Amino acid sequence: MTAFTKPLATLRHATGMPTGRLALWWLLASEIVIFGGLLMSYVMHRIGHPEWANQAAHTNQYIGLTNTMVLLTSSLSAVIAHRHAQLGNGKRAAQFLWLTILGGIMFAVIKFGFEWPHEIAEGFIPSASGFWGFYYCAAGLHAAHVIAGATVMFIVSLDALKNKELQRVELVGIYWHFVDVVWIFLFPLLYIAK
Amino acid sequence: MTTTEHKHDHAHDHSHDHGHHQQSFFMKYMWSTDHKMIAQQYMWTGVFMACIGGFFAYCFRMQLAFPGIHVPGYGQVAPGEYNALVTNHGTIMIFWFAMPVLIAAFGNFAIPLLVGCDDMVFPRLNRLSYQVFLLSALILIASFFVPNGGFGGAWTAYPPLSANASYSMTTLGSSMWIVAVALEFVAFLMGGINFITTAMNSRAPGMKMFDVPYVVWMIVVASILFMCSVGPLIAGAVMLFFDQNFGTAFFDPSRGGDPILWQHLFWFFGHPEVYVVLLPAMGITAEIICTFARKKLFGYKTLLYSTFATGIISFFVWAHHQFIAGIDPRMANIFTVTTLIISIPIAEMMFLFIATLFGGSIRFHVPMLWALAFIGEFLLGGVTGIFLGASGADIYFHDTYFVLAHFHYTFVPIAVIGFFAGFTYWFPKMYGKMLNETLGKIHFWGTIAGFNLIFIPLFFTGAWGDHRRIYNYDHFPELTRPELQDLRIAATCGLLLMIASQAFFLINLIVSFSRGKKAPNNPYNGNTLDWTTPSPPPHGNFPHDNMPVVYRGPYEYGVPGRATDFWPQNEKA
Amino acid sequence: MTEHAATAAAHAEEHHEEHIHPASYYVKTWAILVVLLAISFAGPFLGIKWVTLTTAFGIAIVKCFLVCARFMHLNIEKRLASMIVLIAVVLMGLFFSGVSPDIMKHEGDNWVNIAANAETVRRIEREGADGKKLDEEVEKRLEEHEHGGGAKPEGAKHE
Repeated sequence: MTAFTKPLATLRHATGMPTGRLALWWLLASEIVIFGGLLMSYVMHRIGHPEWANQAAHTNQYIGLTNTMVLLTSSLSAVIAHRHAQLGNGKRAAQFLWLTILGGIMFAVIKFGFEWPHEIAEGFIPSASGFWGFYYCAAGLHAAHVIAGATVMFIVSLDALKNKELQRVELVGIYWHFVDVVWIFLFPLLYIAK
Repeated sequence: MTTTEHKHDHAHDHSHDHGHHQQSFFMKYMWSTDHKMIAQQYMWTGVFMACIGGFFAYCFRMQLAFPGIHVPGYGQVAPGEYNALVTNHGTIMIFWFAMPVLIAAFGNFAIPLLVGCDDMVFPRLNRLSYQVFLLSALILIASFFVPNGGFGGAWTAYPPLSANASYSMTTLGSSMWIVAVALEFVAFLMGGINFITTAMNSRAPGMKMFDVPYVVWMIVVASILFMCSVGPLIAGAVMLFFDQNFGTAFFDPSRGGDPILWQHLFWFFGHPEVYVVLLPAMGITAEIICTFARKKLFGYKTLLYSTFATGIISFFVWAHHQFIAGIDPRMANIFTVTTLIISIPIAEMMFLFIATLFGGSIRFHVPMLWALAFIGEFLLGGVTGIFLGASGADIYFHDTYFVLAHFHYTFVPIAVIGFFAGFTYWFPKMYGKMLNETLGKIHFWGTIAGFNLIFIPLFFTGAWGDHRRIYNYDHFPELTRPELQDLRIAATCGLLLMIASQAFFLINLIVSFSRGKKAPNNPYNGNTLDWTTPSPPPHGNFPHDNMPVVYRGPYEYGVPGRATDFWPQNEKA
Repeated sequence: MTEHAATAAAHAEEHHEEHIHPASYYVKTWAILVVLLAISFAGPFLGIKWVTLTTAFGIAIVKCFLVCARFMHLNIEKRLASMIVLIAVVLMGLFFSGVSPDIMKHEGDNWVNIAANAETVRRIEREGADGKKLDEEVEKRLEEHEHGGGAKPEGAKHE
């Protein structure tokens, strides 16, 4: 069984942008419309149903603030990892990727371990109101992207440790920043605009 | 550019220059990353699903022509089953036949060959996309066998019917349906990234933007349309799944939700989707008519700009599916105007095809017959869309068989005719054998005759008031007139003729695979890079140390002063 | 052989042409983001609605630009990448403008979304005002409900 070898096609770059990065921007475009569709639907409903403010008052903006800080800081470590990859230092890049993954894990633990159980215990389940339906759907879809991103990031870090495929550090970082940007919008939508 | 750098990066790559690929059956056929094998996987899965979708059509058309009969091969069609048959026929044909064969199969097979590279840019992602696609197909098929059967809420899945189990009466089936559709979207997002990046980045040296074969452009634009439009529906699918299973009320009006939101989410994607499947079919047609008319494509740049215009306008027409759903009538005005405008670039593209044919030296080989049929039949479908695009007329026509006949006159040319066009055109390249022309022509005429016999009567029944999605007409005495029933029976006979004609296709396959003439590299004297490879192309397509370089456009046929009437893109002089 | 060498050389070229920012550049960006976050969090405490909304969403847009430009390197990337992102964002605006007349508003010229208004009223009645002042719009709808009557079927959107 021969090991997989990259075809010549992957190495060409008629647009001037390396293939991996070009592909990632197209992926992000499709993700923008996915989250965009969901968030636009939420905004339209929320403006149309001002009484949802009663429900929205019950989200915990302090937890939201903490999670936002966690994600912002993990974005910082992701871009520092990219810097080390640019300098050719795979080991350092991997370590900073692990810091980023740690941030993702913290985000998930805070959300699934504390925030949601507490809200569900108080009776704010998805079917409790239109607001909560959107809350769990949007934050849940976002969290799924955080977990998926952290998983891929871990796999990239293993290669980076061996100084292999260092360009992927930047790519997984760009994806991570996108997930951060989605949260930058989710935070005011779900926690601030009460 | 020294050899030392080359060694540094690709020390282990020499292996694929030596033909020691003793791959196991599993590695070669089921775990392959080769774009040509993945294309085969998509194609035959798509054809298999089309047979299922076609069987469903057979069942419900028999029920409509002869209400209450025991359909041979199925049994009696119960009302709930009728809904599931109609729903899954539509869903399968669009998502599990048209898209996989036109975009994934032909795109995967042809794009690397046409742009002159050795594979797609992400072969492992390609393999994963097929596996996710296969999983989605299996989940959909499984949904037919769960308690209460498959989802029956129409392929448009409007809530509250689709969201509420007490209305749809298929708790598990509905959820499996939406999960299957969502997975299919994910598979095509992955595939789309591959097609777009390969075409944008991996073109052969010398292949500038306007030297790219048209079908590549079409599949790329279709992929971009898909990626930019499917997002809201994926969001909507997640919301619908939540409504079905977690008791949320996104679309439940009694609890503050809005079913119109689903309609918008669905059709914002649903309309660009039809262009997602149309453009590849037009691309295949363009390739075929140039090759078999021995003539340069008339107005390549105009065709390209019309394609871009169609793609852009396609995002502005979606609410023409919702004219009578209760949208703001001023929006209906706007969408009428945009819908009528979009017919202009598409008509322009058809005129350019006709102009390409004009004065050409036309050879009526089977692929050319299919391409010509596409042009003629799609034109009929397109002009009937004008009636529906005008919101005033649509008040009458909406939800009648007129709509159904319109979209079958567009979809069947796209999916069925487009598939057979591409398949007969690239068969020699894919399998190294030539198809039998006589069998191909019988298959062609039988399919076309059958197809027209199905849907022309349905234009009439629709215009006379026949509603869609009705199991039988017991409660509609005004629709049980013998004239209408005669037309319904005629339509069903057309379907039976169309199905029977496929036997000639099957026989052709068997005969050609076993005893077909060996295909040369370039059986049609084509210009594009795919015809420079052996039939079938080896792993890697082109010799690694001699990748093609391109010197001219792809349609230089009949150039004066040359000995031959074609001029391959990679020939130096 | 030449293809391999050519692409490998181009690869090497690329790494050099990309400016490698010092770590302080990124840390400074992060610090700005944190300050902006603090402002957007503090906004609601002033209690003025338009201030809350401006700080919350205006700052969100600024933060988004900062992350995209500096962390995702869109400011030194080929313009193609920004175009791709812009297309997606423009399409979201298109979606919003096409759908909001039906979803965001619950009444207009000659139509009323009775089901949505009824749900609003039911919620208010069930949850009470929590001691807070009701929004004006909600008050208006309560009045309309009392005067309009509920004889029409639910889910119907007509007048």
